[in-house]
Amino acid sequence: MAPGLPRHRAASALAAVTVALAMTACGGGSDNSSGSGNPDDGSQLTMWVRSATDQFSQRLVDEYNASHKNHISLTIIPNDNYLTKVGAAAGSHTLPDILASDVVYTPNYTKQGLFQDLTEEIKSLPFYSSIAKSHLDVATYQGKIYAVPHKLDSSVLFYNKDLFRKAGLDPEKPPKNFAEILDYARKITALGNGITGFDIAGSCGGCGVYTLFPYAWAAGVEPLPDNGTKVNINNDTFKQIFGLYRQLTEEKLVASSDKTQDGSTWPNNFLAGKVGMLALGSPIVGALQQQKIFEWGVTPLMAPDGSDTATFIGGDVAGISVSSKHKAQAWDFLKWTLEENQQVEIIAKNGDLPGRTDLSGNKYTAADPRTKLIADGLAKGHTPFALPFGDLFNNPNGPWVETIRGAIYGPDLDKALAEGQEKIQKGLDAAS
Amino acid sequence: MSTTAPAEAPVRTPPLTRRRAHRPATRRPLTGLLFVAPTAVVVAGLFLAPLGILVYMSFTDWPLLGSPTPNGLDNYRQLGDDDQFTGAITFTLLYTAITTVVLFAVAFVLVAISNSPRRGARFYRTAYFLPYVVGTAAASSMWWVDSHDELGVFNRLLQAVGLIDRPIGLLATPGKALGTVIALVVWKFIGFQVIVLLVGLQSIPGEYYEAAMVDGASVWQRLRYVTFPGLKPTLALLTVLSVTGSLLAFDQFFVLTHGGPDNSTVTVVLALYNKAFQSYRLGNAAAEAVVLLVALIILNVVQLRLLRSRDREE
Repeated sequence: MAPGLPRHRAASALAAVTVALAMTACGGGSDNSSGSGNPDDGSQLTMWVRSATDQFSQRLVDEYNASHKNHISLTIIPNDNYLTKVGAAAGSHTLPDILASDVVYTPNYTKQGLFQDLTEEIKSLPFYSSIAKSHLDVATYQGKIYAVPHKLDSSVLFYNKDLFRKAGLDPEKPPKNFAEILDYARKITALGNGITGFDIAGSCGGCGVYTLFPYAWAAGVEPLPDNGTKVNINNDTFKQIFGLYRQLTEEKLVASSDKTQDGSTWPNNFLAGKVGMLALGSPIVGALQQQKIFEWGVTPLMAPDGSDTATFIGGDVAGISVSSKHKAQAWDFLKWTLEENQQVEIIAKNGDLPGRTDLSGNKYTAADPRTKLIADGLAKGHTPFALPFGDLFNNPNGPWVETIRGAIYGPDLDKALAEGQEKIQKGLDAAS
Repeated sequence: MSTTAPAEAPVRTPPLTRRRAHRPATRRPLTGLLFVAPTAVVVAGLFLAPLGILVYMSFTDWPLLGSPTPNGLDNYRQLGDDDQFTGAITFTLLYTAITTVVLFAVAFVLVAISNSPRRGARFYRTAYFLPYVVGTAAASSMWWVDSHDELGVFNRLLQAVGLIDRPIGLLATPGKALGTVIALVVWKFIGFQVIVLLVGLQSIPGEYYEAAMVDGASVWQRLRYVTFPGLKPTLALLTVLSVTGSLLAFDQFFVLTHGGPDNSTVTVVLALYNKAFQSYRLGNAAAEAVVLLVALIILNVVQLRLLRSRDREE
C-alpha cells in the first residue's frame, strides 16, 4: 500500500498539469473548464456524503441529475463510519469523484492530498468573494483551495416562547447574558410538570464544541489558537461557561438524563415543548418549523457578560478526489450547487443556510426573522481547526468529553479544566 | 500377580500409545494431504495471512490516511504509557471476574428451579433461553432505551414497586453503569448457561444418586460427592467460555455505555477499537491486538491444561 500512494499522487499531479494545460489552450478563465468543451457530456460520477447531510445532498443531486446529461450516483455513509470508509478508499485509490467532508475533518484530507486543487476554478467564479469564508478557510492548505461549501450550519440558542409566557417572561426578550440564562431557567423550571429551563448534552464532545466554544469566541477567547496546535480552555472564560452549566445542573434546572446525553436524542425534549432554552444549531430549524406544539424563538450565543455574540459554523465542504478522472464534470456539479438558483430554490427553500453571504437575504431566509437572524449570525462565525479533532473532541472516550464531565459533574471545576488542558495539549503535540 | 499387574500396566502404556500415535503420521499418504489442502488454503488465507499482516502492522506507524513507516517496538513501548489501555485491562479483568461469578450463581438457582419435576419447569427453561437468541448489539440497544431516565421502563418499574422515588440514572455513574451491563449480560447469556448445566446434570446416571441414598448420603453430600464431580467437565467448559467471552466483551459496552461514564467502562477490545477507529493509529491498535491475542492463548492453554489434568485424575 505504501509505495502506491506517491505513485498515484504523481499521476494525479500529471493529470492536473494536463488539465491546466488544456484550460490554458482553451483560453482559460472561463467557467467551462473542460478541455473537450461542454463538461455536461453524460459522464457517470460518484459522490459520498455523511448521513448528517443525507436529504440535503439528495435534493441537490436529484435536481442536478434531472437537469443534466451527467449522472451523479450518491452514496450516504453513516457519520461514525465516514472517516474509516474514506481512509480505506484512500488507501486503495477507490475514492469517489466528489467527496464531501465534515469541516472539522477537512484539514486531515487536504493535508493527505485526497482532493484535487481547485484554486483557479474557485477564484474565477464571479461570486468568489461571497462564498462562505469559514468553509473556504478549512479547505485551504498551503495557499491552495481544495473544496467548496456543501452545507452550512450554525449554532444558536433556541427558546420556547410559550414557556417564556407561562413563566412570566417576555417572549420577545431572550436572554442576553449568563445571569439571564440562569434566572430564566429557574423561572421556567419552577413551572414543574417535568419542564426544565435548559438542556445540556453531558456526554457529547461534538455538542460541547458546537455550543460551548461560541461563548468563548464571543468573549474574545480562541480555544484552539496557533492554527490548532495549542489549546486554551484553562482560563476564566471557560470557568464561567462551565460554572453556568454546573450551576444549572446543581440546581436541577436540566433533566437528570442530561448527564448521559450522548447527543443522539438531544433536541427531543425541546422539540416536545418540555425545555425552555436549548443551545443547538440550524439543522433543527426544519423540525421546529414543522412542529405545531409551541412557538419558538432564537437568539445568538453570547459571551458570559453579554458583550458580544458568536457562532460555530459547521457543516460540510465538497471537493474532487484525487481518484477522479472526471474533474471537469465534477466541477460542473460543484459550481452548479453554488449558483444563485440552487442556493435559493433548493437550499434556502428547505430551511438551510445558503453557502454564499450575498444570498443570506434571499426571499426564503428573509421571510422568517428567525432564519434571517441565524443567517446574519454567520458574519460572526468561527470554525475550529485541529488535525486530531475527531480523536480529541468528538471521541466519546477522548479528553474533551472527560473535561466536560469533570467540569460539570466532577468535584473540582478548576482541576478538571487544568487536567483537560494538559491532556488535550498532549494529543495536539502528538499529532503535529 | 493380581496386585502387581494393574500397577505395571500404566507404566508401560504411555510409550506404546505414543509410538502408535506417531506411526500413522509418517505413513500418511499424499492423497490425504491433498484432501485437507483446500481447508489449509482457506485457513492460511483467512487466518494466517491477516495474522501476519497484523503482526507486521504492530511494528509500523500506520495512520489511516498516508503511508505506513516501520517504527520497531515503539507501538509496544507506548502501550505501557497508554492510560486507557492499562485502565481497560484492569476493568476487563474486574468485569470478567464479576460476570463469571454472577452468571454461575444465578445459573445454579435457575437450574434448581427448572430441573425440578414440578409443573411449568419446561416453560421456565424456554423463558430463560429466549434472550439468548437476541443479538448482543440489539439487546444492548434495548437496554439503552430501557435504562433511560425518561424513555425507559426500568426506572418506572423501580418507582412502581417503591424502591426509588425518582429516576436514578442507571448509566450515570461508573458503578451503576457496570451494574447495568452485568444485569444485561446475565439476562442475555443465562439461558445458555442454564441449558448447558441442565444437560450436564441430566447426563449424571440416576443410579449414582440411588446408590448414594442407599448409603445414607444427605442432600448436601449428594451435591458434594455426586453432582459436582459429575458436572466438572461442564463447569470447566462454561468457565472457559465465560472467561474468554468476557475478556473479549465489546458490543454491550460500545452500544450501552460507549465506555463511559468518564471512561470507567472501557474494555480492552473497546480500547483497541478506539485506537483504530477513533484515533486512526492502526499500528498501536495492532500492537494491542497482538498483546490481547498472546494473553488469550496463554490463558486458554492454562485452562485446557487444568482441564486435561483433571480428566487424567479421574
